[in-house]
Amino acid sequence: MLTQEEVSRYSRHLIMPEVGVAGQEKLKAAKVLLIGTGGLGAPVAMYLAAAGVGTIGLVDFDVVDVSNLQRQVIHGTKDIGKKKIDSAEETMRDINPLINIIKHEVALSSANALEILKDYDIIADGTDNFPTRFLINDACVLLNKPNVYASIFRFEGQATIFAAEGGPCYRCLYPEPPPPGLVPSCAEGGVLGILPGVVGLLQATEVVKLILGAGEPLVGRLLLYDALAMKFRELKLRKNPECLCATGQVKLIDYEQFCGIPKQPEPPPMSAEISPKEVKALIDAKENFVLIDVREPHEFQIGRIPTSTLIPLGDLPKKVAELDPNANYVLHCKMGGRSAKGCDVLRQAGFKNVRNMTGGISAWSDQVDPSVPKY
Amino acid sequence: MAKILIPTPLRQYAEKNNSVEVSGSTVGEALANLTTQFPDLRKNLYNDEGKLRSFVNVYVNDEDIRYLQKDATAIADGDTISIVPSIAGGRC
Repeated sequence: MLTQEEVSRYSRHLIMPEVGVAGQEKLKAAKVLLIGTGGLGAPVAMYLAAAGVGTIGLVDFDVVDVSNLQRQVIHGTKDIGKKKIDSAEETMRDINPLINIIKHEVALSSANALEILKDYDIIADGTDNFPTRFLINDACVLLNKPNVYASIFRFEGQATIFAAEGGPCYRCLYPEPPPPGLVPSCAEGGVLGILPGVVGLLQATEVVKLILGAGEPLVGRLLLYDALAMKFRELKLRKNPECLCATGQVKLIDYEQFCGIPKQPEPPPMSAEISPKEVKALIDAKENFVLIDVREPHEFQIGRIPTSTLIPLGDLPKKVAELDPNANYVLHCKMGGRSAKGCDVLRQAGFKNVRNMTGGISAWSDQVDPSVPKY
Repeated sequence: MAKILIPTPLRQYAEKNNSVEVSGSTVGEALANLTTQFPDLRKNLYNDEGKLRSFVNVYVNDEDIRYLQKDATAIADGDTISIVPSIAGGRC
């Protein structure tokens, strides 16, 4: 049901038979996830908010830089240095306070993608690198969710819908990514500031059409836009019978490795390990940090460190989205092995300050508090 | 003669041309003529085994040559061959 306020706000939609009250209610009920709030994400987020898409999720972990403002119109000069998702949310709330905005301040990864994407109906890929584009494709194929795709370079854009029912996926078009260095990025090659506005709104248009079930969706067609020639061309996209999506072999992998990007040597700002005595000193000094116990509930029953929070290792990937990636974390288990894996999960999700308590609760019992039973 | 459209990222290897007229009766011949004219394009279009790279697709008019006769796809005067590489930009 639309409220009176909504009827007034959306009246230009309501008087069109192609939308009407029923269509506006569909928009209100829709959940759309925008991955990236940069060049493409900016116009998509603003127009979908204005159109009354009821729930819009934003995924980004970047902060606004002055060099973004040439094209990322959702952010302003006053927002320089602010988190992009906060700045985007502020603009969207100003445009339309009646919608629900969910912020995911993470780098999308194989560990968190399915958990984040699963609650949305439609995904819009506005990212800027091949590993994430393959990740989003594969996650959308696995979850059966349409991926409204666009990409841009200098004066050119591409747009289509991947992974729609019966339609091709990104891998049907490009089975493999280019080797690093062969295709320049926007940061290297530049981009006309207006281009993501045009191409992003092609994306937004397709999102709205999918929600309404109206018109001909851009499925099985790759739309190419050349701003200099001011020409749109359309190429046929077919579902490749040999593609992983057709043979049912899609699974989430290490996409950096897949794209030939050498593993970054982890530069942890703090040392990766911390001793039980140091943890005790942090607790006594009332330092601001989160102590996570990754053991199983039955082990937690046996004995625990009073300030700890229980998140069993197996649940950690699902919980990552609820944790603040900027907070300080110490993880422990019984001996230190499982918590080291837990630290990797958090680091892969973009968490910077994550340490493993050496020797686990066993060492805690030996070195700090013998009243905690060893088992 | 067929027209080959050169996408933005590859124009730097084709003396900044956005399209080139080439002769040839198949897509393979047309691309061979193109890379003879612009040798720098070769390594961007083909891998070391001489196969078209998998992040580059070639279309004759609006159809992907993978679903026609690949390199052997016949071309006629006035056909347009498009080279469509994957591009990733968006959040940047």
